[in-house]
Amino acid sequence: MTEPLLHLRDVHTHIGPYHILHGVDLAIPQGELTVLLGRNGAGKTTTLRTIMGLWQASSGQIRFDGRDITAASTPDIARSGIAYVPEAMGIFTDLTVRENIVLAARSGPVDKARLDWMLGLFPALKRFWNLPAGNLSGGQKQMLAIARAISEPRRLLLIDEPTKGLAPVMVRSMIEAFKALKAAGETILLVEQNFHAASALGDNVAVMDDGRIVHSGRMSELVADKTLQQRLLGLSLDAHQ
Amino acid sequence: MSDMAAPSTAPDELPRAKTDWLPLLLIPALGLLTLPFVGSPSTWVTLTVAGLAMGMMIFLMASGLTLVFGLMDIINFGHGVFISLGAYATLIVLGPLSGWAQADSLGLNLALLALCILAAMAVTGVVGAVFERVIVRPVYGSHLKQILVTMGGLIVAEQAIHAIWGASPIPIPLPQSLRGAFVLGDIVMERYRVVAVAIGLVVFIGMQLLLNRTRIGLLIRAGVENPEMVEALGYRIRRLFVSVFVAGSALAGLGGVMWAFYRQTLTAGMGMEVMVLVFIVIIIGGLGSVGGCFVGSILVALVANYVGFIEPKLALISNILVMALVLIWRPQGLFPVARR
Repeated sequence: MTEPLLHLRDVHTHIGPYHILHGVDLAIPQGELTVLLGRNGAGKTTTLRTIMGLWQASSGQIRFDGRDITAASTPDIARSGIAYVPEAMGIFTDLTVRENIVLAARSGPVDKARLDWMLGLFPALKRFWNLPAGNLSGGQKQMLAIARAISEPRRLLLIDEPTKGLAPVMVRSMIEAFKALKAAGETILLVEQNFHAASALGDNVAVMDDGRIVHSGRMSELVADKTLQQRLLGLSLDAHQ
Repeated sequence: MSDMAAPSTAPDELPRAKTDWLPLLLIPALGLLTLPFVGSPSTWVTLTVAGLAMGMMIFLMASGLTLVFGLMDIINFGHGVFISLGAYATLIVLGPLSGWAQADSLGLNLALLALCILAAMAVTGVVGAVFERVIVRPVYGSHLKQILVTMGGLIVAEQAIHAIWGASPIPIPLPQSLRGAFVLGDIVMERYRVVAVAIGLVVFIGMQLLLNRTRIGLLIRAGVENPEMVEALGYRIRRLFVSVFVAGSALAGLGGVMWAFYRQTLTAGMGMEVMVLVFIVIIIGGLGSVGGCFVGSILVALVANYVGFIEPKLALISNILVMALVLIWRPQGLFPVARR
């Protein structure tokens, strides 16, 4: 079996006096989309931030592409090929849409083909190209955040709740964009509360509760198993749809 | 900054960004409002040029602090020491080249001023790097400690200036060609003030170009808003912090040189004396906003000049009054910077 692109082993994270992650074990295979599910406060965002080095793991190991990044700094982790889209999107509102993308492309100008591909995924961004990103709607900011993450080739995308608070039409656009990203071979770890979106996109699923991974497997198995859905998430996919 | 073509959308379809003109209109509005009270147009022009010059000098001294404040979230009460140190650094140049100051040659006089500025920026830049490493870095994230520690650093540095150059005030001569005034009819404009306006404008335009047309400028603007996200994009924000702190210190040094020649006297406390004004303008302008700092500096200086002429008794409180009125109108300052 090939080694996963990202592998968390028994990762614990403390934030101040609080013990948030209680030994997370998670493997993210290359070229697939893994969804991280769980109720609020389960530790999903903390897991992403710990991977990015924004909060340091207190113990355990995080390996990315065969390299131990547990104690690496955030810029080093980003430079190793991991892009992060936080729940709050992290858009620089005083910068224009164009400047946000220019800044994210560290290695130089975004090439024309990639730019066209990005703007094909998120055509709404074209109209606001030279406007401050603060003028964008919530959904457009989310599009910009993801466009920024893919402004140059990355090995792994960490995306935190991209559909949160979006109108249904925007959620559908986002799902289509993620399908296109999957088709392009991107490896994605997606935190998502919207089970409908998660089941439409995920190859794999991991469910968190109380700072631990309580289930991991193929998404198709979870979708097919109503009892498991009830046990892990307290509702069935049918009910949520 | 790496360039990137605009996507293929017709330009006339693109909505334009709104420019916030209101704060900029304050300056001409203030001028027009005070003209009838001043009475004589020539006196008004003289007051205005003097106010602009004072505003530029305040801007030079404050611009570095607003970037440090905005980007690093550091309350540096020690900023005044870079102003004093920059002023004293002129002595390094004025000692061996005192003849240039007396020479009746505009070229030599301006070259002397340029050398003084370079020396001051070099000295304050190096001291700024040490100050950041030794005094500021251990207290990142704690405002109370920053106030206490940077105040302590200020006191130590002032005493160091006394130890090196002595405690007595040191007179410094204005270069020959910069003395006196241009007289146009009834309008009198001091030459040095015109030079101060020119240097202030050059620095402001340079900073605007740097912040808006270069990648490092983008990083600074992004870092002011969300330093964590800048790190998540792969940039080392700590290096940026140090660079901005050094640049801010060097700008204060430049301001110190201009302030020193304006006063024609050096004292170790001269930096601390203007810090109240410096803090007022960066608060008025919006923390972290260079454009706001520029407009705030001019506004404060013009108000001080006009009020000092029209109603001298109110001059002392005019700055605080301006700050209060601006903050009532715009609590985040004239050009609020989106912040973390």
